Amino acid sequence: MCVGVPAKVLHIESFSALVDVMGSQMNVGIIFVPEVKIGDYVIVHAGQAMSIIDEQYAQESLEEWRKLVDARSDGSLNT
Amino acid sequence: MLEVTDHSTLSQMLLQEVKTLADRFQQTFGRIPSFMEVCGSHTMALARTGVKKALEGYVRLISGPGCPVCVTDQVTIDAMISLTDGVNRIICTFGDMVRVLGSYGTLMQAKTEGKDVRVVYSPVDAVRIAEQHPHQEVIFLGIGFETTIPILAAAVKEAEEKQVRNFSMWMSTKLVEPILRQLLHDGEVALDGFLLPGHVSMVMGRKHFEFLATEYNIPAVISGFEALDMLSALRHLLLLSLEQRAVVLNDYKSVVTEQGNVQAKYWMNHYFTLCDEAWRGIGVIFDSGMDFKSEYNQFNAKVKFPIPTREPRRTKCRCGEVIRGLIDPPQCALFGRACTPLNPIGPCMVSSEGSCAAYYQYMREE
Amino acid sequence: MERITLAHGDGGELAHKLITDVFVSTFRNERHAKFDAATFALGTHELAVTTDSFVIKPIFFPGGNIGKLAVAGTINDLAVVGAIPKVLTCSFIIEEGFPIRHLKTVVQSMAEEAKKTNVAIVAGDTKVVERGSADGLYINTTGIGIISHPLERNMDEGDSVIVSGSVGDHGVAVLVARGELGLVSTIESDCTSLYLLVAKALEASQRIRLMRDPTRGGLATTLVEICEDFGVTIELEEECIPVKKEVKGACELLGFDPLYLANEGKVVMIVPKEDEQAVLDALRSQPEGKDAAVIGTVRATNKGQLLLRTPLGTTRRLYRLTGLMLPRIC
Repeated sequence: MCVGVPAKVLHIESFSALVDVMGSQMNVGIIFVPEVKIGDYVIVHAGQAMSIIDEQYAQESLEEWRKLVDARSDGSLNT
Repeated sequence: MLEVTDHSTLSQMLLQEVKTLADRFQQTFGRIPSFMEVCGSHTMALARTGVKKALEGYVRLISGPGCPVCVTDQVTIDAMISLTDGVNRIICTFGDMVRVLGSYGTLMQAKTEGKDVRVVYSPVDAVRIAEQHPHQEVIFLGIGFETTIPILAAAVKEAEEKQVRNFSMWMSTKLVEPILRQLLHDGEVALDGFLLPGHVSMVMGRKHFEFLATEYNIPAVISGFEALDMLSALRHLLLLSLEQRAVVLNDYKSVVTEQGNVQAKYWMNHYFTLCDEAWRGIGVIFDSGMDFKSEYNQFNAKVKFPIPTREPRRTKCRCGEVIRGLIDPPQCALFGRACTPLNPIGPCMVSSEGSCAAYYQYMREE
Repeated sequence: MERITLAHGDGGELAHKLITDVFVSTFRNERHAKFDAATFALGTHELAVTTDSFVIKPIFFPGGNIGKLAVAGTINDLAVVGAIPKVLTCSFIIEEGFPIRHLKTVVQSMAEEAKKTNVAIVAGDTKVVERGSADGLYINTTGIGIISHPLERNMDEGDSVIVSGSVGDHGVAVLVARGELGLVSTIESDCTSLYLLVAKALEASQRIRLMRDPTRGGLATTLVEICEDFGVTIELEEECIPVKKEVKGACELLGFDPLYLANEGKVVMIVPKEDEQAVLDALRSQPEGKDAAVIGTVRATNKGQLLLRTPLGTTRRLYRLTGLMLPRIC
């Protein structure tokens, strides 16, 4: 499905990989992400890994939201 | 990794931020901002997470033509269902298609009458079924947008490499760019920006959508599907519209790159080529879909099993207008009365990601 | 012509319609149709009776098999109306060619499961049908129990909704065992008899309003039925509903909703707020109830809607399962 959570790559075999989502696993195709490595997180759609998740960016987004929230709560305290 | 409670605190704070900005928009422009989410998964996620409801009265979220079943023309749906009439065939499909009501029944009804209709998780599974049943013809119903088209290509690649001759695909795919252009050309819907689909963008890349800013002067933000992702993207959309800056922003950088997935684009263009597609309630749009290149006709079900097209039965279904964002589902006379998820008349009610189904499931609360 | 589809059997909206239109309207026993088992007086005893047919693919799955399921399922239907399960009958429909070795394993599980609750299996029947006219083995069980704790059934605003553990385990375990979707998971079915657990809860509170075991159609469908049958509005807290992470993972991969997946060893109960802690403690004292949690509240006693509060603080209405749950694309 489209709203895929990150799936962790556990095992790679030529054109497919075993991925894990919170303890449930599935074999998916990896022809679209040939550079994928064990331990990477991928987005899975209809049985294919479609993108390798850039964890640094994911972390940066969280940081950005946190800062925003902190700024907001500071602001509300002042007013 | 953050804990769940941390996430929900963050999203609640972000929601407040979005509301504040929406208020500012209203003060500045004297009206509520209107954004269109293009992707069916966004429609569903906005409803499921409660974002849409939480923003009622602050932001108007219009569900665009992004659910693959909903935009499939009635003639195509009829043709796909007619495929089950042939002998010795196994029809494989994504789950969404089985309950779509054609002019003369559904795939589910065909199955009940003894036809071999199978729901698979992935089109590659259909290739496997073809290998297991060498004396039967296996036809996969290939619907979907840019996220799914490479996956259809992956199945053809597998069939080609394994020389599976009894596998073919009936293609009815759709592309996002042509329909966005059509919507903006028609100018029927007044929009302040687009919430762009994270997964189509993961295949096509951010640059692919740059035309929205450069040619149509409208801001757009690429978003993921969690409440946090969508609220963040909406915040950016509001900031851009307040500043009246038309740019295409990537707010899903962990998954979406500038160029998209080069491999995925390579394989879809390897087997398929642009074709005109008929969109439900909108009509035929030039080069708005992809179908087999002629050198791969051995996999093309339309060539292998031609179906005479029939004039579809007319209903009062207003899916076409719902898809274009011209009306909200309850404005259709059939909505919630003749047309429900249990007895869907239009495809927007069939697919769980259709605008009408999402509206029915999550918004209809007396 | 309208025909029976698989969706008529999944416990959701179509199944409900079938029962109302074809059976209840003909048999005219509406009162009983609201409960998992019917109750009636015989002499000085108040009795409960229930019957259920078990068809499951595959017959053996992680955490159980069709035999265990057939005994536990019927015991549970008796337990949730406040009855002590006493006797069971069983009836087998067996496809020609079915291995006797498998049948022995199934019957052994039935004996073991019945013994746990001290239920006697007292009568039975066997029919063999031609190869191809049944899928291996079907079992019907009928159970009779004696009512020990008549339930109140009148709910009040503020009553708590408690579930005895994580939801969706059975649904995912069976999906995995079928092997069709390529899903791999260590999750086991929660298939088990609930009588002992329910008895603990009934000891802890004399005022349990209502109990149900949320099997086909899942927790959501069961609660929608309660809301409609008794006219109450229940509001669930999304974040409080226990779901194992493997079940969540499987649902994310396939696009399913754990609230609509089947359970075979869970009970959902409505209790007065004052008794909430006592019932929770009682449930948690047993291994099958260790993850018991308060998941919602009765909000109103007139509207008959099931609502779910999202982490964002908004609510959305839940409906019965509509149609089969199918993996979808986009």
